[in-house]
Amino acid sequence: MRVMLIDDSKTIRRIQRSILEQLGYTEIEEACDGQDALSRVAAFQPTLILLDWNMPNMDGITFLKAFRQRDTTTPVIMVTTESEKTRVIEAIRAGVNNYVVKPFTPDLLQQRIKETLERTTAKA
Amino acid sequence: MHAVLIRRFIEATQNVFGTMVGTNVTFGTPGPTGRDPVEADVSGIIGFSGDVAGAAVIRFPMATALGVVEALCGEAFGGESEDFSDAIGEIANMICGNAKSSLDGANVSISCPQVVLGKDHKVQRPSDAVSITIPCETPHGIFVIEVSVRAAAKASAARDQVTPAAAS
Repeated sequence: MRVMLIDDSKTIRRIQRSILEQLGYTEIEEACDGQDALSRVAAFQPTLILLDWNMPNMDGITFLKAFRQRDTTTPVIMVTTESEKTRVIEAIRAGVNNYVVKPFTPDLLQQRIKETLERTTAKA
Repeated sequence: MHAVLIRRFIEATQNVFGTMVGTNVTFGTPGPTGRDPVEADVSGIIGFSGDVAGAAVIRFPMATALGVVEALCGEAFGGESEDFSDAIGEIANMICGNAKSSLDGANVSISCPQVVLGKDHKVQRPSDAVSITIPCETPHGIFVIEVSVRAAAKASAARDQVTPAAAS
Protein backbone atom coordinates (compact mmCIF):
# COMPACT_ATOMS: atom_id res chain seq x y z
CA MET A 1 0.00 0.00 0.00
CA ARG A 2 1.53 3.30 -1.14
CA VAL A 3 0.00 6.51 0.22
CA MET A 4 0.71 10.02 -1.06
CA LEU A 5 0.12 12.91 1.37
CA ILE A 6 -0.41 16.28 -0.35
CA ASP A 7 -0.59 19.21 2.07
CA ASP A 8 1.43 22.41 2.38
CA SER A 9 1.49 21.97 6.16
CA LYS A 10 4.26 19.71 7.41
CA THR A 11 2.34 19.51 10.69
CA ILE A 12 -0.67 17.93 9.01
CA ARG A 13 1.52 15.58 6.96
CA ARG A 14 3.25 14.49 10.18
CA ILE A 15 -0.08 13.81 11.91
CA GLN A 16 -1.40 11.90 8.87
CA ARG A 17 1.81 9.89 8.60
CA SER A 18 1.54 8.88 12.25
CA ILE A 19 -2.07 7.75 11.77
CA LEU A 20 -1.17 5.77 8.63
CA GLU A 21 1.76 4.10 10.37
CA GLN A 22 -0.60 3.02 13.16
CA LEU A 23 -2.69 1.37 10.44
CA GLY A 24 0.43 -0.44 9.21
CA TYR A 25 1.09 1.68 6.11
CA THR A 26 4.74 2.62 5.89
CA GLU A 27 5.25 3.35 2.19
CA ILE A 28 4.40 7.05 2.30
CA GLU A 29 5.35 9.88 -0.04
CA GLU A 30 4.84 13.56 0.86
CA ALA A 31 4.19 16.49 -1.50
CA CYS A 32 3.89 20.12 -0.40
CA ASP A 33 1.40 21.30 -3.08
CA GLY A 34 -0.45 20.15 -6.19
CA GLN A 35 2.41 20.99 -8.53
CA ASP A 36 4.91 19.04 -6.45
CA ALA A 37 2.49 16.10 -6.33
CA LEU A 38 1.83 16.12 -10.09
CA SER A 39 5.54 15.97 -10.80
CA ARG A 40 5.98 12.86 -8.62
CA VAL A 41 2.68 10.96 -8.65
CA ALA A 42 3.38 8.88 -11.78
CA ALA A 43 6.70 7.61 -10.45
CA PHE A 44 5.31 6.81 -6.98
CA GLN A 45 2.05 5.22 -8.24
CA PRO A 46 0.07 5.62 -5.00
CA THR A 47 -2.77 3.31 -4.06
CA LEU A 48 -4.34 6.11 -1.96
CA ILE A 49 -4.01 9.91 -1.93
CA LEU A 50 -4.84 12.30 0.95
CA LEU A 51 -5.27 15.76 -0.58
CA ASP A 52 -5.54 19.23 0.95
CA TRP A 53 -7.55 21.92 -0.87
CA ASN A 54 -5.90 25.28 -0.10
CA MET A 55 -2.23 25.21 -1.05
CA PRO A 56 0.17 27.62 -2.76
CA ASN A 57 1.32 27.10 -6.39
CA MET A 58 -1.42 24.58 -7.25
CA ASP A 59 -4.45 23.91 -5.06
CA GLY A 60 -5.96 20.51 -4.43
CA ILE A 61 -8.94 20.81 -6.77
CA THR A 62 -6.67 21.80 -9.70
CA PHE A 63 -4.40 18.85 -8.93
CA LEU A 64 -7.39 16.52 -8.76
CA LYS A 65 -8.77 17.59 -12.15
CA ALA A 66 -5.36 17.12 -13.78
CA PHE A 67 -4.78 13.80 -12.02
CA ARG A 68 -8.17 12.41 -13.01
CA GLN A 69 -7.38 12.98 -16.69
CA ARG A 70 -4.70 10.32 -16.42
CA ASP A 71 -5.98 8.18 -13.52
CA THR A 72 -9.66 7.55 -12.83
CA THR A 73 -9.33 4.76 -10.29
CA THR A 74 -6.82 5.64 -7.54
CA PRO A 75 -8.90 6.73 -4.53
CA VAL A 76 -8.48 10.31 -3.33
CA ILE A 77 -9.63 11.59 0.08
CA MET A 78 -9.90 15.36 0.36
CA VAL A 79 -8.72 16.52 3.83
CA THR A 80 -9.50 20.21 4.17
CA THR A 81 -11.05 23.02 6.20
CA GLU A 82 -13.44 23.63 3.26
CA SER A 83 -16.73 22.16 4.43
CA GLU A 84 -19.39 24.20 2.61
CA LYS A 85 -21.84 22.07 0.61
CA THR A 86 -20.87 23.79 -2.65
CA ARG A 87 -17.20 22.91 -2.09
CA VAL A 88 -17.98 19.28 -1.27
CA ILE A 89 -20.09 18.99 -4.45
CA GLU A 90 -17.30 20.60 -6.49
CA ALA A 91 -14.81 18.09 -5.11
CA ILE A 92 -17.08 15.11 -5.81
CA ARG A 93 -17.62 16.32 -9.37
CA ALA A 94 -13.86 16.61 -9.81
CA GLY A 95 -13.46 12.97 -8.76
CA VAL A 96 -12.83 12.83 -5.03
CA ASN A 97 -13.81 9.54 -3.35
CA ASN A 98 -14.21 10.68 0.25
CA TYR A 99 -14.03 13.84 2.35
CA VAL A 100 -12.59 14.72 5.78
CA VAL A 101 -13.01 18.16 7.32
CA LYS A 102 -10.16 19.58 9.43
CA PRO A 103 -9.92 19.44 12.39
CA PHE A 104 -10.16 15.64 12.46
CA THR A 105 -9.57 12.96 15.08
CA PRO A 106 -7.27 10.02 14.31
CA ASP A 107 -10.31 7.74 14.57
CA LEU A 108 -12.23 9.69 11.94
CA LEU A 109 -9.37 9.71 9.45
CA GLN A 110 -8.74 5.99 10.01
CA GLN A 111 -12.44 5.28 9.46
CA ARG A 112 -12.53 7.29 6.20
CA ILE A 113 -9.39 5.56 4.92
CA LYS A 114 -10.79 2.11 5.68
CA GLU A 115 -14.19 2.77 4.11
CA THR A 116 -12.61 4.33 1.02
CA LEU A 117 -10.30 1.35 0.49
CA GLU A 118 -13.16 -1.11 1.11
CA ARG A 119 -15.31 0.64 -1.50
CA THR A 120 -12.46 0.65 -4.00
CA THR A 121 -11.76 -3.05 -3.41
CA ALA A 122 -15.45 -3.91 -3.80
CA LYS A 123 -15.59 -2.10 -7.16
CA ALA A 124 -12.48 -3.87 -8.51
CA MET B 1 -22.50 39.87 10.90
CA HIS B 2 -19.76 40.79 13.39
CA ALA B 3 -21.48 39.11 16.33
CA VAL B 4 -22.12 35.98 14.26
CA LEU B 5 -18.53 35.95 13.02
CA ILE B 6 -17.11 36.28 16.54
CA ARG B 7 -19.37 33.45 17.73
CA ARG B 8 -18.16 31.28 14.83
CA PHE B 9 -14.53 32.01 15.73
CA ILE B 10 -15.15 30.98 19.34
CA GLU B 11 -16.83 27.74 18.24
CA ALA B 12 -14.08 27.04 15.71
CA THR B 13 -11.34 27.62 18.29
CA GLN B 14 -13.04 25.28 20.74
CA ASN B 15 -13.39 22.68 17.98
CA VAL B 16 -9.78 22.89 16.79
CA PHE B 17 -8.27 22.83 20.28
CA GLY B 18 -10.62 20.09 21.51
CA THR B 19 -10.01 17.88 18.47
CA MET B 20 -6.36 18.43 17.57
CA VAL B 21 -4.66 19.89 20.66
CA GLY B 22 -6.60 17.89 23.24
CA THR B 23 -7.48 20.81 25.51
CA ASN B 24 -10.48 22.98 26.26
CA VAL B 25 -10.38 26.72 25.77
CA THR B 26 -12.13 29.19 28.06
CA PHE B 27 -13.04 32.54 26.56
CA GLY B 28 -13.11 36.00 28.09
CA THR B 29 -15.53 38.67 26.92
CA PRO B 30 -14.80 39.78 23.35
CA GLY B 31 -14.31 43.53 22.99
CA PRO B 32 -12.90 46.19 20.67
CA THR B 33 -9.21 45.67 20.03
CA GLY B 34 -7.24 48.13 22.09
CA ARG B 35 -4.26 47.76 24.32
CA ASP B 36 -2.89 44.23 23.91
CA PRO B 37 -3.98 41.94 26.76
CA VAL B 38 -1.02 39.66 25.97
CA GLU B 39 2.58 40.25 24.97
CA ALA B 40 2.54 38.32 21.72
CA ASP B 41 5.73 36.69 20.50
CA VAL B 42 4.11 34.57 17.77
CA SER B 43 1.20 35.44 15.48
CA GLY B 44 -0.62 33.30 12.90
CA ILE B 45 -2.35 35.48 10.30
CA ILE B 46 -5.07 34.53 7.83
CA GLY B 47 -6.73 36.96 5.42
CA PHE B 48 -10.26 36.42 4.21
CA SER B 49 -12.06 37.94 1.25
CA GLY B 50 -15.45 37.80 -0.45
CA ASP B 51 -18.75 38.49 1.33
CA VAL B 52 -16.79 38.93 4.55
CA ALA B 53 -13.39 40.57 4.17
CA GLY B 54 -10.64 41.14 6.66
CA ALA B 55 -8.17 39.11 8.65
CA ALA B 56 -7.80 37.04 11.78
CA VAL B 57 -4.63 37.18 13.84
CA ILE B 58 -4.06 34.55 16.50
CA ARG B 59 -1.48 35.93 18.94
CA PHE B 60 0.44 33.83 21.43
CA PRO B 61 3.04 34.51 24.10
CA MET B 62 5.95 32.14 23.37
CA ALA B 63 5.31 29.92 26.41
CA THR B 64 1.70 29.30 25.34
CA ALA B 65 2.68 28.67 21.73
CA LEU B 66 5.39 26.16 22.66
CA GLY B 67 2.93 24.18 24.80
CA VAL B 68 0.17 24.23 22.20
CA VAL B 69 2.51 23.13 19.40
CA GLU B 70 3.91 20.29 21.51
CA ALA B 71 0.38 19.08 22.27
CA LEU B 72 -0.63 19.31 18.59
CA CYS B 73 2.46 17.60 17.16
CA GLY B 74 3.25 15.17 19.96
CA GLU B 75 6.81 16.49 20.17
CA ALA B 76 8.51 19.70 21.28
CA PHE B 77 10.03 22.16 18.81
CA GLY B 78 12.12 25.25 19.44
CA GLY B 79 10.44 28.60 18.86
CA GLU B 80 12.64 29.38 15.87
CA SER B 81 12.22 26.07 14.03
CA GLU B 82 10.28 25.79 10.77
CA ASP B 83 8.18 23.01 12.30
CA PHE B 84 7.05 25.36 15.06
CA SER B 85 6.01 28.11 12.61
CA ASP B 86 4.26 25.58 10.40
CA ALA B 87 2.22 24.31 13.33
CA ILE B 88 1.18 27.84 14.38
CA GLY B 89 0.15 28.55 10.77
CA GLU B 90 -1.89 25.36 10.62
CA ILE B 91 -3.70 26.19 13.87
CA ALA B 92 -4.62 29.59 12.41
CA ASN B 93 -5.66 27.94 9.15
CA MET B 94 -7.94 25.41 10.84
CA ILE B 95 -9.58 28.00 13.12
CA CYS B 96 -10.26 30.45 10.27
CA GLY B 97 -11.29 27.75 7.82
CA ASN B 98 -13.67 26.27 10.34
CA ALA B 99 -15.13 29.67 11.24
CA LYS B 100 -15.71 30.73 7.63
CA SER B 101 -17.23 27.38 6.67
CA SER B 102 -19.91 27.84 9.32
CA LEU B 103 -21.03 31.17 7.83
CA ASP B 104 -23.95 29.63 5.98
CA GLY B 105 -24.48 30.97 2.50
CA ALA B 106 -21.59 33.45 2.60
CA ASN B 107 -18.98 33.25 -0.15
CA VAL B 108 -15.67 33.67 1.66
CA SER B 109 -12.15 32.64 0.66
CA ILE B 110 -9.18 32.43 3.02
CA SER B 111 -5.49 32.99 2.34
CA CYS B 112 -2.63 30.64 3.15
CA PRO B 113 -1.33 31.35 6.67
CA GLN B 114 1.53 33.71 7.49
CA VAL B 115 3.42 33.49 10.76
CA VAL B 116 5.20 36.38 12.46
CA LEU B 117 7.80 35.88 15.20
CA GLY B 118 9.23 38.63 17.39
CA LYS B 119 9.23 39.54 21.06
CA ASP B 120 6.09 41.54 21.89
CA HIS B 121 5.52 42.44 18.22
CA LYS B 122 2.50 44.34 16.87
CA VAL B 123 0.41 43.55 13.79
CA GLN B 124 -0.90 46.60 11.94
CA ARG B 125 -4.60 46.40 11.07
CA PRO B 126 -6.37 48.17 8.19
CA SER B 127 -7.46 51.59 9.51
CA ASP B 128 -11.02 51.17 8.21
CA ALA B 129 -11.59 47.76 9.77
CA VAL B 130 -13.63 46.99 12.85
CA SER B 131 -11.46 44.84 15.08
CA ILE B 132 -12.59 42.61 17.95
CA THR B 133 -10.30 40.80 20.38
CA ILE B 134 -11.32 37.46 21.87
CA PRO B 135 -9.30 36.58 25.02
CA CYS B 136 -8.60 32.83 25.29
CA GLU B 137 -7.12 30.65 28.00
CA THR B 138 -5.89 27.06 27.85
CA PRO B 139 -3.91 24.87 30.26
CA HIS B 140 -0.88 25.91 28.17
CA GLY B 141 -1.48 29.61 28.85
CA ILE B 142 -3.34 32.58 27.45
CA PHE B 143 -3.61 33.85 23.88
CA VAL B 144 -5.89 36.15 21.90
CA ILE B 145 -7.71 36.10 18.58
CA GLU B 146 -8.14 39.42 16.79
CA VAL B 147 -10.78 39.47 14.08
CA SER B 148 -10.78 42.52 11.80
CA VAL B 149 -13.63 42.95 9.35
CA ARG B 150 -13.94 45.41 6.47
CA ALA B 151 -16.84 46.24 4.19
CA ALA B 152 -17.16 43.64 1.42
CA ALA B 153 -16.81 46.26 -1.31
CA LYS B 154 -13.26 46.84 -0.16
CA ALA B 155 -12.57 43.16 0.17
CA SER B 156 -9.94 42.52 -2.42
CA ALA B 157 -7.08 44.31 -0.73
CA ALA B 158 -7.95 43.41 2.83
CA ARG B 159 -5.55 40.58 3.44
CA ASP B 160 -2.70 42.47 1.79
CA GLN B 161 -3.12 45.37 4.18
CA VAL B 162 -2.66 43.36 7.33
CA THR B 163 1.10 43.44 7.63
CA PRO B 164 3.42 42.81 10.51
CA ALA B 165 5.00 45.88 12.06
CA ALA B 166 8.47 45.92 13.52
CA ALA B 167 8.90 44.24 16.88
CA SER B 168 8.76 46.71 19.70
